[in-house]
Amino acid sequence: MTTTIIWTIAILTVLGALLAVVLYIVAEKFKVEEDPRIDEVEKVLPGANCGGCGQAGCRAFAQFCVESSPNLDKCFCPVGGNDGMQKVAAVLGVEVAAKEPQVAVVRCNGTCENRPRTNEYGGYQSCRVKATLYSGDTGCSFGCLGCGDCVAACQFGAISMDPATGLPVVDEEKCTACGACVKACPKNIIELRNKGRRNMRVFVSCVNKDKGAVARKACKAACIGCSKCAKVCPFEAITVENNVAYIDFTKCKLCKKCVAECPTGAIHAVNFPVVKPKPEAAPAPKPAEAPAAETVKKEE
Amino acid sequence: MMKTFSIGGIHPSDSKISKDCKIEVLPVPSKVFISVAQHLGAPATPVVKAGDQVKVGQIIAEPAGFISAYVHSSVSGTVKSVGPRKDLAGNNVTHIEIDVEGDEWAEGIDLTDTLVTEIPSDNKAILEKIKMNGVVGLGGATFPAHVKLCPPPGKKADCLILNGAECEPYLTSDYRIMLERSKEIVIGAAIMKQVLGGCPAVIGIEENKPEAIKAMSAAVAELGYPGISVMTLKKKYPQGGEKQLIDAVMGRQVKSMGLPIDVGAVVQNVATSLAVYEAVQKNMPLITNVLTVTGDCLPMDKQHNYKFRIGMPLSYVAEVAGGVPKEAAKIISGGPMMGKAIANLDATTVKGSSSLLYLTAEQTVRGVESACIRCGKCAEACPMGLEPFLLQKYARNNMMDELEENAVQDCIECGCCLYSCPANIPLLDIIRLAKGDVIRIIRGRGQK
Repeated sequence: MTTTIIWTIAILTVLGALLAVVLYIVAEKFKVEEDPRIDEVEKVLPGANCGGCGQAGCRAFAQFCVESSPNLDKCFCPVGGNDGMQKVAAVLGVEVAAKEPQVAVVRCNGTCENRPRTNEYGGYQSCRVKATLYSGDTGCSFGCLGCGDCVAACQFGAISMDPATGLPVVDEEKCTACGACVKACPKNIIELRNKGRRNMRVFVSCVNKDKGAVARKACKAACIGCSKCAKVCPFEAITVENNVAYIDFTKCKLCKKCVAECPTGAIHAVNFPVVKPKPEAAPAPKPAEAPAAETVKKEE
Repeated sequence: MMKTFSIGGIHPSDSKISKDCKIEVLPVPSKVFISVAQHLGAPATPVVKAGDQVKVGQIIAEPAGFISAYVHSSVSGTVKSVGPRKDLAGNNVTHIEIDVEGDEWAEGIDLTDTLVTEIPSDNKAILEKIKMNGVVGLGGATFPAHVKLCPPPGKKADCLILNGAECEPYLTSDYRIMLERSKEIVIGAAIMKQVLGGCPAVIGIEENKPEAIKAMSAAVAELGYPGISVMTLKKKYPQGGEKQLIDAVMGRQVKSMGLPIDVGAVVQNVATSLAVYEAVQKNMPLITNVLTVTGDCLPMDKQHNYKFRIGMPLSYVAEVAGGVPKEAAKIISGGPMMGKAIANLDATTVKGSSSLLYLTAEQTVRGVESACIRCGKCAEACPMGLEPFLLQKYARNNMMDELEENAVQDCIECGCCLYSCPANIPLLDIIRLAKGDVIRIIRGRGQK
C-alpha cells in the first residue's frame, strides 16, 4: 500500500519536472519578442476599440505608438483626446503636441421644410442601400438620405435623428470625433471640424454641387455658390469650388461676416452666445477679431 | 423534354398583358435629351456643341475607352445645349439637348423595308459597322456588342445563344419583335454566328410564348441559314440570365467570376440581334428600340408596345400612352424583378429602355421584416446555388472573408431570394452591397 503511494508520488514528480522542462524549452524557443511598453500604453488608452485612430483597435494603436515613438505626430486617439495622448507620451517618455479637439458636423440643412420630398422611398432603410439605388427622395442628389446609417455607426450614442427635420443631430458632449459616422455616410456629408474656441463654429451646412438655380430649386437652404461669403471673408478662409462654398476651419476666425452675407442661410454659426441687448453683442466678436489680427500679422 | 437551368428559380405570374399590342411608332417630340451614358462602361464624350446642326443618325458622342459606345442623334435639328441633366435615378449625367427640326437623315442609311438576306463576307467590316453604329446589348446590361463578339485570343465560341426568354413578368417588347421582325432577328443571328467563326446558333424561347416560337421557327426554315435552331425552354425565372441560359441550352456551368466565353458561349438578346441586322445590313445606328407600357391598373386600350427613339422624355412617352394612371404608386423601368423604380419621370429613354411599368400601392408594399427562421426557401430559389440567409448574416456583420468563401460575388441580383422569403428580409438589398464590397476587394488584390 505504502509503496503504491510512494510510486505514485515519485512518478508524478518526475513527470511534472520533465514536462516543466519541456514547457520551458518550448516557451524559450517560441518566445515572441514584444515591447513591454505596448502593454503599458494600452493600459492608458480608453479601450473603446472604435478604430477612430485609423488602427484596428486599441492594442494595434498602442503598438503603432510605440513603433512611431519618439515622433507621435501621426498618432492621435480621438476618444482619449489630448489628455489621453499626454498619458501615452508620459509612458513613452516623449513629448506630444496638443491637437485641436474635433467634432462631427452634419453639413446638410435639407429639413422637411427646406427641401420638399419629390418621391417616396419604400425600400430597405439604409443610407448605403438607398444611395446605390438612386439619388434620394428629394430634388437634391447630394443631401442627407435620412435613414440613419451614421446613428447606427456611432458607438458612443452621440448621433440621433431629429424626427422634426429628418436630419441627424450630433451631441457635442458625447462625440469623440472617431470618424465612424464620416465613413458610414455614403454622401460624405459629415465632416470632422475643429471644435473651435469655446465650441463656436462657423460652417457651410450644404454640399450640393449643382448650379445655383438647380440647387435652390431643390432646397431653400442650399449653397448656391454665389461666392458672396468668399468676397466678404477678411481671412481668405472660404473657397468656392464646384458651386459650393467651404470654410477652412484652420483659417476661420469666427467673425461671422459670411453668416450675415449668405442669401440662403446655408452658413451656420453654432454655440455663439445669444445676442439680446445690443451692447453685450459687441464684446463677443471683438476678442475673436483681436487675436485673429495678431496671427495674420505674424503670418505675414 | 423541355430544358431549363438546373438549380433554383421561381415561378412568378408572367402577366404579359400587353402581348397582343402591336408595335406602334411614337411620334417625335419637339425636343429630345440624349444621354451619353447609355451603355455599360465609360460614358461617351460629346463631339457636338450648342448651335450645331445634326441629322438623324449622326454621331454626337464618341466612346471614351475600350468598353464604351458611340451615341447617335435620334432626330434632326439644332443642338441647344450639352450639360448635366438628371437621369431616372436622379443622378446628374451629361445629356445633349436637341431642338427637333424636320426629319432629315444622315447619308448612307437604308430606310427601305426590303429584307437584305445576303451577309457581307468581311468579318472585320461587320464588326466595325456594329461598333460605329453604337450597338449595345439590349437584354438589360447594355454591354457594347462588338466587345462581346470578339472573343479574347485562345478562346473560341462553341455556341451563340440568342436570348428570347424574356423571363421578366409584364415585359413584351422582345416578344413583339420576335413576332413582327422574326426574319431580321434570324439574319442578325446569322451575321453574329459568322463573325464568331461559324458556331451553331440557338434561339432560346420560353414555352409561354408559343406564337413567338412558331414565328421564329418559320423564319429560320424560310431563310435557310445552316446551324440556326429554335429551342423551347421551360418557363422559369431567371431563364434570361446569361449563366442560366447557358446552363439551360448547353448544359455547361460558368465558373465563379468567369465569363460565358470561358465555356464557349456567347449570349445576345434577340433585340440586340435585330440591332445588329439594322447596323450591318441597313447601316442604321442604334437610335430606336421597343418599350412596353403596361401595368395591371391600365385598361387594355392603354397597354402599348412602342418603338421609341432615344432621348424622348419618359413623361412624354407616358403622356402619349394616355397619361400616368391614378392607381400607379410606383413606375418601374425594366421589369418588376430586376428593373429600377423611376425617381424622375423627366428622365429620357435610352438604348436599353424596355418598359414603363405601373405598379399599384398594393403591389409595391413591403412586408414587415421578421426574424429568419432558416426555412431555406431562399437557398432553394437561388439560381446560383448560394445561401442568401447566410450571406445576409455575414454582410450585416461585415464578415468579408466568409462572404467571399460563400461566393457572394456570384450573385446575379435576380431577386429570387427576396421574392421567396416569408420573413420579408431585404436579402437582395443587403447582399448587393456586400457583393460590391467583396468584388472591390478581389479586384484590389489582383492589382497588387
